[in-house]
Amino acid sequence: MGVGIEVKDLNAWFGKAQVLKDINIKVGANAVTAVIGPSGCGKSTFIRCLNRMHETVPAAHLTGSVQVGDIDVYKPGTDAVDVRRRIGMVFQKANPFPTMSIYDNVSAGLRLNGYNNRHELDIAVEHSLRMAALWDEVKDVLKKKSGSSLSGGQQQRLCIARALAVQPELLLMDEPCSALDPISTGKIEELIFQLKEQYTVVIVTHNMQQAARVADHTGFFLMGKLIEYDKTEKIFTTPSDKRTEDYITGRFG
Amino acid sequence: MPSASRPLSVTRRLTNLGFIGLSGLAAILVLAPLGAIFGYLVYKGIGSLNWAFLTNVPHPVGEPGGGMANAIIGSMLILGLGSIIGVPLGIGAGVYLAEFGRGRYVNLVRFTADVLNGIPSIVVGIAVYALVVLPQQHFSALSGGVALGIMMVPTIARTTEEMLLMVPNTIREAALGLGIPQWRTTLQVTLRTASKGVITGAMLAFARVAGETAPLLFTAFGNQFWNLNPNQPTAALPIQIFAYAISPFDEWHRQAWAGALILIVLIVVAVSAVRVVTGRGSMENNA
Repeated sequence: MGVGIEVKDLNAWFGKAQVLKDINIKVGANAVTAVIGPSGCGKSTFIRCLNRMHETVPAAHLTGSVQVGDIDVYKPGTDAVDVRRRIGMVFQKANPFPTMSIYDNVSAGLRLNGYNNRHELDIAVEHSLRMAALWDEVKDVLKKKSGSSLSGGQQQRLCIARALAVQPELLLMDEPCSALDPISTGKIEELIFQLKEQYTVVIVTHNMQQAARVADHTGFFLMGKLIEYDKTEKIFTTPSDKRTEDYITGRFG
Repeated sequence: MPSASRPLSVTRRLTNLGFIGLSGLAAILVLAPLGAIFGYLVYKGIGSLNWAFLTNVPHPVGEPGGGMANAIIGSMLILGLGSIIGVPLGIGAGVYLAEFGRGRYVNLVRFTADVLNGIPSIVVGIAVYALVVLPQQHFSALSGGVALGIMMVPTIARTTEEMLLMVPNTIREAALGLGIPQWRTTLQVTLRTASKGVITGAMLAFARVAGETAPLLFTAFGNQFWNLNPNQPTAALPIQIFAYAISPFDEWHRQAWAGALILIVLIVVAVSAVRVVTGRGSMENNA
């Protein structure tokens, strides 16, 4: 089941440059939340703070607290590896492991964490690929073809399957469709819609129509601040902040 | 705007042909010495190459049927020991440089590796003589292996570093994002992605030290008899070739040529074998 998220007073920096300022937000379980805003507003950094990927960049640091389900993400003693295992992430550019087969890609998160039961791996791989709507296209070449031999849209769905295989409680997606054609985008949006039955999804997107199509709630970021966060419908029809309105009507950004 | 259907201008076509010709010529000039050396080795060496040469130990001058079997095996032994020492150390240092190192210490390690790469091989031989041979009070295959291993480290470390830096960061992030620990990410994802280049680097280092004579002179020393004990003086092809080549006997000169041919063939076989074995199971060719 999906879990809720509560972020309190989150500030994040790259070196001396502050990229997030006093973010406070509560995200409900089993819902899709979109994060929108112009380039460089801190959207990606925000979701990377949720699963402790932010700190993998040299000189990056942050203050504040993040609660995801029962995990206090930044409590001293919380293991970053454990956090990332429970929070899946799909990146902007599809990044399958190039030397691994499709099967090995999907099962990587399990295998490299020590699961070796063949039968269980088979089940997990099929289940994840089915969820990512890729199973029918690749079931005959699972171990024959490499992940990077697939088309761009298939690769991104492979990455989604790979993230789902470890059964995360929360799925973060960082502009997952920005490099895809409309048909692949449509497939992934459909997938996101189905995923929320079992997962909480947070998706960063540049595409406002996409946010409007898939998200229950939308947050608008501008220059490192969360300007407005509300039901998607409200954000796109009657935003309460002038800057939100300017952005969604295309006056800047 | 020139239209697509217009024929290419004469000067452009000539320039094009000229540059293709020049680059082709450069390629030939690069390959020519290699072909010439190999061809000359075959021409000079093939006559003395026979079963006895591959299976017998050296015989005294004048006595027919002597060979270099002990030197062939000795070379394999010394190179094996050298690889056991040099490959893991070199790859480890390269991984450190590319994945973990930050700040001044890294630059120091990198600089040291580059300096080590430029140290004449005979100096490495003397150093190992002082560090290994003298305390042990005798020459040995092991000390030869240590000398060759030390010479392999900088090449392998720097190529490993370069190859790892070519792995896109998105691949590391994908692994870390799955909750795979850093060490496993490095070992089983990053290093695996770069494995082709890393192996090429190791093979390059191997081939380079396989022909080294100077560092073996005061370490493995050479031996006219069978020896498989890594703690004893051991024959090696380059030393044997050197000893035979400077001898006054025609018979030994011919055997030196055959030995040189065998050395080249061994290197080519070893490098190809590693490529075949490690290339198997790789997914990259199945696109």
